[in-house]
Amino acid sequence: MSVFVPNRGPGRLIVVEGIDGSGKSTQISLLSQWLRARGYAVAFSEWNSSPMVCETTRRGKKKEMFTPTTFSLIHATDFADRLERYVVPLLKAGAVVCADRYAYTAFARDVVRGVDRSWVRNLYRFALKPHLVFYFKTPLEVALGRILGGRHALKYYEAGMDLDLSRNIEESFRIFQGRILAEYESMIEEMGFHVIDATKSIQAQQREMRSIVIREFGSRRPAGVLGTEGGIARLRK
Amino acid sequence: MRDYANKEPLSYYMTELPGIDYSSLQGRLIVIEGPDAVGRSTQIRRLKAWLEDMGHAVLDTEMARSALAGKGIKEAKLGNTLGPITMTLYYMTDFADRLENEIIPALRAGFVVLTDRYIFSIMARAIARGENRTWIEHAAGFALVPHAVFYLRAEVKDLISRVAVGRGQFDYWESGMDLRFGRDMFDSFVHYQARLIRVFDQLAGPYQFEVVDAKRPPGIVLDTLKASIERVFKATPTGTGKRKKLRRGALPARG
Repeated sequence: MSVFVPNRGPGRLIVVEGIDGSGKSTQISLLSQWLRARGYAVAFSEWNSSPMVCETTRRGKKKEMFTPTTFSLIHATDFADRLERYVVPLLKAGAVVCADRYAYTAFARDVVRGVDRSWVRNLYRFALKPHLVFYFKTPLEVALGRILGGRHALKYYEAGMDLDLSRNIEESFRIFQGRILAEYESMIEEMGFHVIDATKSIQAQQREMRSIVIREFGSRRPAGVLGTEGGIARLRK
Repeated sequence: MRDYANKEPLSYYMTELPGIDYSSLQGRLIVIEGPDAVGRSTQIRRLKAWLEDMGHAVLDTEMARSALAGKGIKEAKLGNTLGPITMTLYYMTDFADRLENEIIPALRAGFVVLTDRYIFSIMARAIARGENRTWIEHAAGFALVPHAVFYLRAEVKDLISRVAVGRGQFDYWESGMDLRFGRDMFDSFVHYQARLIRVFDQLAGPYQFEVVDAKRPPGIVLDTLKASIERVFKATPTGTGKRKKLRRGALPARG
């Protein structure tokens, strides 16, 4: 089944995906700084961040009101709002939009929650096809170590507690993340992910991302892509 | 468009909901659909009193009333940035919350559920705004198949007089002003409501609507609805046993 709408605007959409603790947010932040420093107009959009929807999501989470279906739908609503109001207009204007998580997050998480696979894929059919999707491949234990080792207190839905996997929140988180990881892995080929080995050093991962961006976009800013300065920027690792 | 004529009441259209035991559902699900200002809520109020008088427990429910998303939708509609896809999905979230937390528990307890609008209004609004029909049909495919869908049908001119005389003003969203189908609220209302009626007409066949002429006085419309609901009840006796099989659209003849 074909997913997504082709992006006919001059802008570029770059997506990072991976399980919690895979380091993707760090990497997309470094990549967008690099692009910005080279004169690109860069915008950023994060999963679950629509000002119009987030109050509903927050309340639903706090009161534990979600079923797998409503959890899926409210995240699709949030995604749609960011796309309609922010991402699509900016791409039409020629910006580079960096997205921390995209529809693939729903494809992995919601299916693990028991939502029908073809239903959730259809739900996001209005999404624009990204130019590049970086998938941060992380062994489960490495990602868990990064999350559970820190001060981060696990939250109910984050740990998949709604699935009754275990009464222990850490154990539930482990099982939940393991299943999400398996879903991601099964999408690599189908969705054309660029796989980044997230066990490498931060710098090595960033170098790899930059060389993929140069390979895909060229070292000169493509025609139509917005710049912040007069001159043509060259991308160098 | 898919045809759901062979679907049994209280099964799902396309997609099974996780965690629902469909065989435990035993009440009746009656849907009242139709465009804005056609008189749905008046009819629901009277039908509810009539059903309760006969000793039925009745749950009435309507759009944007869910505990989860009702407030968020109302706030979003006050602003000027609600896009058509976002609006569709927000209403779908609201519908799913009411379906799973109100409608299904009530049906399990043997209630008659009367709903003012269902997935069809969400679908019609999305399609009237140019969204993809297959997309919205699939997205709404987790809805339960009702025992009956009554489509209160009128022409745009009838709606106009109800809005102008009854309410005294045109509503921004009921006029489709987010997409500005005309120069002002009136022009936009006429254009948008005509589109909605056209979409409802297209949905009527595949989703087995019973079309009710709502241009007639409310009392006559009510009598028509009562007679049809009585036929639904006769065809689907509830009780302790399993529901009797009923093919929708194959209700016993009138009279």
